[in-house]
Amino acid sequence: MAEDGLNSFMTGPDEAGRFGIFGGRFVSETLMPLILDLEERYNHAKTDPTFWAEMDDLWKHYVGRPSPLYFAPRLTAHLGGAKVYMKRDELNHTGAHKVNNVLGQIILARRMGKTRIIAETGAGQHGVATATVCAKFGLKCVVYMGAHDVERQAPNVFRMKLLGAEVIPVTSGRGTLKDAMNDALRDWVTNVRDTFYCIGTVAGPHPYPAMVRDFQSIIGKEVRWQLAEQEGEGRLPDTLVAAIGGGSNAMGLFYPFLNDPSVNIIGVEAGGKGVDDRMQHCASLTGGRPGVLHGNRTYLLQDPDGQILEGFSISAGLDYPGIGPEHSWLHDVGRAKYVSITDAEALEAFQLCCQLEGIIPALEPSHALAHVMKIAPTLPKDHIIVMNMCGRGDKDIFTVAKHLGVTMKV
Amino acid sequence: MTRIDDTFARLKSQGKKAFVSYIMAGDPDVATALAVMKGLPAAGVDIIELGLPFTDPMADGPTIQLAGQRALEGGMTVDATLQMVRDFRAADQKTPIVLMGYYNPIYSRGVDRFLAEAKEVGIDGLIVVDLPPEEDAELCIPAQKAGLNFIRLATPTTDAKRLPKVLQNTSGFVYYVSVTGITGSAAAQAGEVGPEVARIKRSTELPVIVGFGINTPEAARTIAGVADGCVVGSAIVKEVGAGKPAADVLAFVADLAKGAHSA
Ligand SMILES: Cc1ncc(COP(=O)(O)O)c(C=O)c1O
Repeated sequence: MAEDGLNSFMTGPDEAGRFGIFGGRFVSETLMPLILDLEERYNHAKTDPTFWAEMDDLWKHYVGRPSPLYFAPRLTAHLGGAKVYMKRDELNHTGAHKVNNVLGQIILARRMGKTRIIAETGAGQHGVATATVCAKFGLKCVVYMGAHDVERQAPNVFRMKLLGAEVIPVTSGRGTLKDAMNDALRDWVTNVRDTFYCIGTVAGPHPYPAMVRDFQSIIGKEVRWQLAEQEGEGRLPDTLVAAIGGGSNAMGLFYPFLNDPSVNIIGVEAGGKGVDDRMQHCASLTGGRPGVLHGNRTYLLQDPDGQILEGFSISAGLDYPGIGPEHSWLHDVGRAKYVSITDAEALEAFQLCCQLEGIIPALEPSHALAHVMKIAPTLPKDHIIVMNMCGRGDKDIFTVAKHLGVTMKV
Repeated sequence: MTRIDDTFARLKSQGKKAFVSYIMAGDPDVATALAVMKGLPAAGVDIIELGLPFTDPMADGPTIQLAGQRALEGGMTVDATLQMVRDFRAADQKTPIVLMGYYNPIYSRGVDRFLAEAKEVGIDGLIVVDLPPEEDAELCIPAQKAGLNFIRLATPTTDAKRLPKVLQNTSGFVYYVSVTGITGSAAAQAGEVGPEVARIKRSTELPVIVGFGINTPEAARTIAGVADGCVVGSAIVKEVGAGKPAADVLAFVADLAKGAHSA
């Protein structure tokens, strides 16, 4: 581990795609040659300066990176403790961090000669990002979305269609994000030659968890120099806070700081109606145990017989019964801490952010913000918290209105 | 020698192809599934594949997905699946049983405990869809040590470079998935499958059985004709799903078996 002074928190995964016991390649034989090919092509791209040059160019001119690191003065004053900074990834083109990763995967897909892109989506943000980049490059795009999510995220469904994507409502299983991922995998098994599966979070079989993390790490890398710029050379954040569905925005923020022992790292899972045995939450680490799903071993919500349970959260983007394997490992080795925030706490944070900072956050980062609200008052004024504002809330205003008892006519 | 090895030796001496059938444990309920299972050998089934239900069967098409859902909604568990095998074995000591499913219910129970129980109730082999050779240390090696066959899938994407790796720790037989796709997809043609089976047989002594997309006695005959036998799953499960009584399901199975055995 890191006590030996080596960069050991950042060396994973190993050759077998493992972070400790987590991760791996639990896929059917049909897909195995495809993910080995992907791994080889990604390993090549990763060290190819022309690949990163293309990424940097698009990040700058298409996505609008770097995203600002914003000191939130009124929120800080209100909480009366630590200084709160927000990493403004909600200002990215398409309104969330998802596009960081999509660009990387689509550029790779193009280099691999793939002509058809498939994706799964929950809240629809990853679907919108994928549809967007596919439109830009003239690629065919098919998005699998749980029938239940198609209903509660109607604006994003329309967006994807405007962008030329085919949206397939998934009714298999219970029609949620995990079922959408199952159907995307079924599509991939069927269309092995021309199709690239663009996974939206740090989950799935190796190399996806590592690849998606690498693409999202732009978030943490920017925070490093941006904070130094604003707070002085060498100043690191004291605490990082990010919301976790599958865990991609969180890995993106955390990864570049894993070997800085002074940096506290906190992941916030969706506590739904409360993390207890009613199981109406999505807190895989606090309320689950290790299992194997969607190509990797990780903490999962499951019953005593190993059947996967549905998550529950007000936020469609956090509604996943698993979590990326690297988080499971960081949890077990104790490098990162994981907590949960309930729907009610997230809604309160959502409103406070609107009122104090003029930023309408997505419900996902509202969970991170709610945890910041809990800890900031207990910390000294020179303590710096950076939270990941990973998405904007336009997509969520209908859900929030409903919970606040407001009826909107559309 | 396991029951699987014995069965192939017998079929070989009779000059016959193997007919393998798949049903889902507990679909639509334990009593019906057990009645069907008990009737399979008399209907001409040489090897029984018994599906272990799982909430997220990522390699299965709608027919088998729904079968798993029916079973789980009816309260099917790993315990009850093992009990089904025990009940079957009370009257049949010969017919090989291969448990087919996904890793998580097995991992959740604990590999060592599961293997001991599987062996004890009379399961002969395992097909675990989401355990490729890269993950052999998980279950494949321990299963072989426990005296169970570990049957691996080879697919159209398993190229020459990869084939030895797939065959290395496989035992019992090789299951060739005739199409890239999920269970219940469109059938492959004997003309395409034949050369692929021949390619695999050049690298192994094990019997090669072909499955996915076979749904008529005629297809069973032509596909079995270019391999050592064939598997029918979705087509049988569909009959169960349509609410047919066990006798009708078994009559359908008998026709398929006749097809395969006439090859
Ligand atoms: C804004 C936003 N944040 C977070 C998530 C959750 O994903 P992850 O944990 O991979 O960042 C989503 C998923 O849709 C999202 O839209």
